[in-house]
Amino acid sequence: MIRYLSKENKTLISELVRTDFKLRYQGSVLGYAWSLLRPLLLFVILYIVFVKFLKVGANIPHYPVYLLLGIVIWNFFLEMTTQSLGSIVGRGDLIRKIRIPLWIIIFSSSLSAVINLLLNMVVIIIFMILNRVDLLATTIWLPMILLEVYVFALSLSLFLSAMFVKFRDVGYIWEVVLQAGFYLTPILYPLALIPSATLQKIILLNPMAQAIQDARWSTITHDTLISHTVFQGGWHMYIPFAIVLTLLAGGLLYFRKESKYFAENI
Amino acid sequence: MIDNIAIKVEGVNKSFKLPHEKVNSIKSAVINFYKRKRSFEKQEVLKDISFEIKKGEFFGIVGRNGSGKSTLLKLLAGIYTPDSGQIHVNGKLTPFIELGVGFSPELSGRDNVFLNGALLGFSRKEMEKMYDEIVEFAELERFMDQKLKNYSSGMQVRLAFSIAIRANTGILILDEVLAVGDASFQQKCYDYFNELRKQRKTVVLVSHDMSAVSRFCDRALYLANGREEYIGPTREVADMYLEANYNTPINGGQNEVAVKPRATIKKVDFVKTKLDIGEKLRARISFENPTALPIHFGLQLFGRDGSYCFGSNTHINGLQPTSKKKGTLEFVATVKLVPGVYFVTVATMDEFATKDLDYRTNVGQIVVNKTTEVGGIAYLDHSWKLL
Repeated sequence: MIRYLSKENKTLISELVRTDFKLRYQGSVLGYAWSLLRPLLLFVILYIVFVKFLKVGANIPHYPVYLLLGIVIWNFFLEMTTQSLGSIVGRGDLIRKIRIPLWIIIFSSSLSAVINLLLNMVVIIIFMILNRVDLLATTIWLPMILLEVYVFALSLSLFLSAMFVKFRDVGYIWEVVLQAGFYLTPILYPLALIPSATLQKIILLNPMAQAIQDARWSTITHDTLISHTVFQGGWHMYIPFAIVLTLLAGGLLYFRKESKYFAENI
Repeated sequence: MIDNIAIKVEGVNKSFKLPHEKVNSIKSAVINFYKRKRSFEKQEVLKDISFEIKKGEFFGIVGRNGSGKSTLLKLLAGIYTPDSGQIHVNGKLTPFIELGVGFSPELSGRDNVFLNGALLGFSRKEMEKMYDEIVEFAELERFMDQKLKNYSSGMQVRLAFSIAIRANTGILILDEVLAVGDASFQQKCYDYFNELRKQRKTVVLVSHDMSAVSRFCDRALYLANGREEYIGPTREVADMYLEANYNTPINGGQNEVAVKPRATIKKVDFVKTKLDIGEKLRARISFENPTALPIHFGLQLFGRDGSYCFGSNTHINGLQPTSKKKGTLEFVATVKLVPGVYFVTVATMDEFATKDLDYRTNVGQIVVNKTTEVGGIAYLDHSWKLL
């Protein structure tokens, strides 16, 4: 661990994150504000269409905040995986000419997504205050839930970025998977809207669905349908965590094996 | 590993798979899988390379384009992984293969300094201390807040170089850095190399430019087609390298042929190519001069680093231009040059010996046998006497 967080590595990570941030909104007038505006604008659209027009989630208290939290967490997952996916290839110039620990590239691109998430969390807090959401004691679980999402996204990033070096199709495939994932995860509709209990269970096997529901339950309203209720406390509710841990181990091994040949394959 | 060895390379092999059609889509991967056809060829880039670099040594790696020298360098730097064999590095190594790696055109010069410094392993604090010196050395004080994309290439190189020389590790790896920049910048490079030599740093310099390698390296490795052709003192390597690379026939690709030569050189024969100091060099130049206009002849000798050693022509020597349509001319000279390899250039010239008609570089090489250790270009008859 000490070896991984040596002075050189820390400096490198902080410089890469800094560069990422400076370059991301290069030449845009609003700059960093876009990292907040993007999820907010998506929220406004979804809110108008689903809440105002289709009257979705009328029976869930604080539904706008509920919706926004889902969007922010999903957006974090999406941003982190898509950014990491191209990060190895994107830094090909560097990798071909200098020896740096390659995990640093993935890690630093994940950190800039984390920073965005934290900024977005501030927006959520503002919304919670405006919406007069009562502060729940269970909110202390939120960091743990976000950590789970982070680890899940990181594991996938390791796989995706290494595969992308060899197969550029991965980029397009992942785009479709994310699109499908957005609708298969109860982000813009409450899970209770799905009539079949079996379907609810299947949906909640997805770590993202489980995490988003848990996050809503712990911070916004206990009316949220979560794994614990759906599986009635059975062992199935641990499947998402098992998926995350397995992916992490697999991702680390795969990345380590492939990273030896990044320089020549890019 | 023994303490005085900086880098030890043992039996390293490296090959690349060169796909006939690059498989970077899953579709083609599936198709190829079903066809059971491996549509790539294996190109062996390095074959059984072994050598040692001592601490404090200035070590050169030379070879023509495609000889595998850059691959070897990347293996040393840990960018590539060898197929087999081992590379031991004793100490910290600065992995700079090229100047300005990681430079981002959209960032300001200032930001790039810090980013580049981080790649070299310097913290922000350390960089802040060095910042002013770096900028001053690069002579870019006025430009640091501009984006790098607005820099000229010379400015970028100067900035990159100023940061790179801050690297303070035990082992430095340099690739072709000499190829860039103007004369004054090259002088800065040379000064830096000399400084490194004085500090007894371990340096690995890769170049196809033999003169740079000759100038700085104690020992060198000559790579040809991925094999070690020779390892030894730089001087010996330089002779071998140039002998191998300038051994081109008279009508070979390297010879420059003037447009529509009026008088062409057909052949140049040497009676003897290995000479002792003071021996006679005899070159027989066969020519054709179909238009029968009066022409002169010239001959020049160049050293292995491209230095111009000698040149004369028939006009200088007071000969009348010849109008013969075909013939052979003999050039005779007493060679008073220091031991080494020399390259011969001959030319036909117009009747006033002001314009070259057919200028042929490297039509042959002569070797002055190593009978003495004297240095320089010209061999002066000399003696010492204590008074």
